[in-house]
Amino acid sequence: MNYKTLMALALSSLLLVACSSTSERPGGVQIEDRDVIGGAAGQGDGVQAGSAQFGGEFGAEALTDPDSPLAKRVIYFAFDSSEVTPEGRDLIALHARYLSQNPGINVVLEGHADERGSREYNLGLGERRAKAVEQLMSLQGVAARQMQTISFGEERPVAFGHDESAWQLNRRVELLYSGY
Amino acid sequence: MKLNSVLNPGRFLLALFAVLLSATAQARLNIEITQGMEGAMPIAVVPFGWQGDGAPVQDIAAIIGADLARSGQFAPMGSEAMPQRPTDGANVNFNLWRAKDIDSLVVGRLERRDGRYQVWFQLFDTVRGVQLAGYTLQVTEKQLRQTAHQIADIIYQRLTGQRGAFDTHIAYVTVENLEAGQRRFRLAVADADGHNEQIILSSGQPLLSPVWAPDGRRLAYVSFEGGRSMVYVQDVLNGQREKVAEFPGINSAPAFSPNGQYLALSLSRDGNPEIYVLELLSKRLVRVTYSYGIDTEPVWAADGRSLYFTSDRGGRPQIYRVAIEQDGRPVGTPSRLTFEGAYNASPALSPDGKRLAMVQGEGNRFRIAVLDLDTNALRVLTDTRLDESPTFAPNGVMVLYATEVAGRGVLEAVSVDGRARQRLGTSTGDVREPTWSPFSTQQEQ
Repeated sequence: MNYKTLMALALSSLLLVACSSTSERPGGVQIEDRDVIGGAAGQGDGVQAGSAQFGGEFGAEALTDPDSPLAKRVIYFAFDSSEVTPEGRDLIALHARYLSQNPGINVVLEGHADERGSREYNLGLGERRAKAVEQLMSLQGVAARQMQTISFGEERPVAFGHDESAWQLNRRVELLYSGY
Repeated sequence: MKLNSVLNPGRFLLALFAVLLSATAQARLNIEITQGMEGAMPIAVVPFGWQGDGAPVQDIAAIIGADLARSGQFAPMGSEAMPQRPTDGANVNFNLWRAKDIDSLVVGRLERRDGRYQVWFQLFDTVRGVQLAGYTLQVTEKQLRQTAHQIADIIYQRLTGQRGAFDTHIAYVTVENLEAGQRRFRLAVADADGHNEQIILSSGQPLLSPVWAPDGRRLAYVSFEGGRSMVYVQDVLNGQREKVAEFPGINSAPAFSPNGQYLALSLSRDGNPEIYVLELLSKRLVRVTYSYGIDTEPVWAADGRSLYFTSDRGGRPQIYRVAIEQDGRPVGTPSRLTFEGAYNASPALSPDGKRLAMVQGEGNRFRIAVLDLDTNALRVLTDTRLDESPTFAPNGVMVLYATEVAGRGVLEAVSVDGRARQRLGTSTGDVREPTWSPFSTQQEQ
């Protein structure tokens, strides 16, 4: 993990979030973003009119259509790494676009690790992977309140073997849309 | 069985129950000695005499012999090879045993009297023809196994000079795969020889990192029953449990301070996993570490004034040590202790504070290694490939850990010199996350 890059990402994402400190749900109810740190938050004229969006370019069935590109919801990682691969970046960009166009939709980013090594360390690694995805999503305009990260470490494998063919499937972040 | 608590319905609706330790005993762990020790001390434990109706309820000599054999330091003689079977010291013919190269001899008998049991035993040095130990004990039927372990402890201490750890307990997690991808996690407590297993918690969500309090009565552990990791403390005797850490993010890796009043743990409430110390009574929380890496798996030094922990602040996981005040406030900056091996995690400190057991990873192999803190000599003890969670016996002689054999999770114990090894497994499912109790165990039943 390159912490300088991570910090740069974190800072730039903070700026992005700060620029959109208030956001509107489709129903027009204003939500204050509690995670915002910085100047734009809490300014007096925070009321903004906005148009409702349902599904945006993805259509209303985007999350239930098995043929939708959004049907892919798992991002895989290399051993002991939380660096997002180019394929992972593409998938994250797609979901980030959907989420930023649908601010009323929330996602849980569930981080996992393979079974090797310490269970406790792997719990941290799963969280780091989930946060790496969250960071990229945030950078691409997804509001912090739309995302929640949880780590299960190595405790919830999808493949139960004890070799690389199983391990590569278990090193992952799953995108879980609430209600889908 | 007592229904102790039914948890809040959440994202995962589940019923969770704690069972009193007095629930019906059932032995489910099987022990197999996989590597004996060359030069183990020959000893004979003669089958105990029995006075009472029917057959004796416990084979005391067999329990003692099995304990001594498991230590790797003794090679008990099979009863079929014994030249005589005395049940009282007065009938021992030392020449017969010397001729069989048996230097140490245990004889004894068991008698039922008014619903209670009386146990006599004597330990002899056959070379000098003298008694080294001899006791009479009065116990109930339920205490007979424990009494046999206590006798084994006395023999072990008399012959090796080290305290025996046979009359102690272990706790561990078992996992069973049910239909439809469901799994059943159980937190179990058993005697150190795997007998008398009792389930103290059962859950549909993962359980990990159980650890004993110094009183030998409470266990802290991590449960995902609330949909994410949270830390609980449970009284093993009455089943009462308390959620002690449910901060945002990860709540994990609990470890009791030597005085039992503080819990060190790893929390990611401030963004990434850091070490904290929680005062259990006041719930006052003190942050110990500050790094961008993952800081986890704290263990206390015996004096309570430093913590060992895993951190990848240097890139890969390694073991660090930080000095602390009594309440956990750090003194100075953490220093790195492990430099050999690309991956070192899950530290466990020996009871004398001189050795650190850990999981060492090289390529695809994760094995148990022990670091001598005085000389910095590191010794790999195992040759399996997916070892986890080392825990020292309270006398420091054995290290118990989890590993995988033929696709199944099992527990193995290895002597700190790497010479003796044994395996504890169940007939179904996986066993993992072992933790060995301290000496001052209070689980008399």
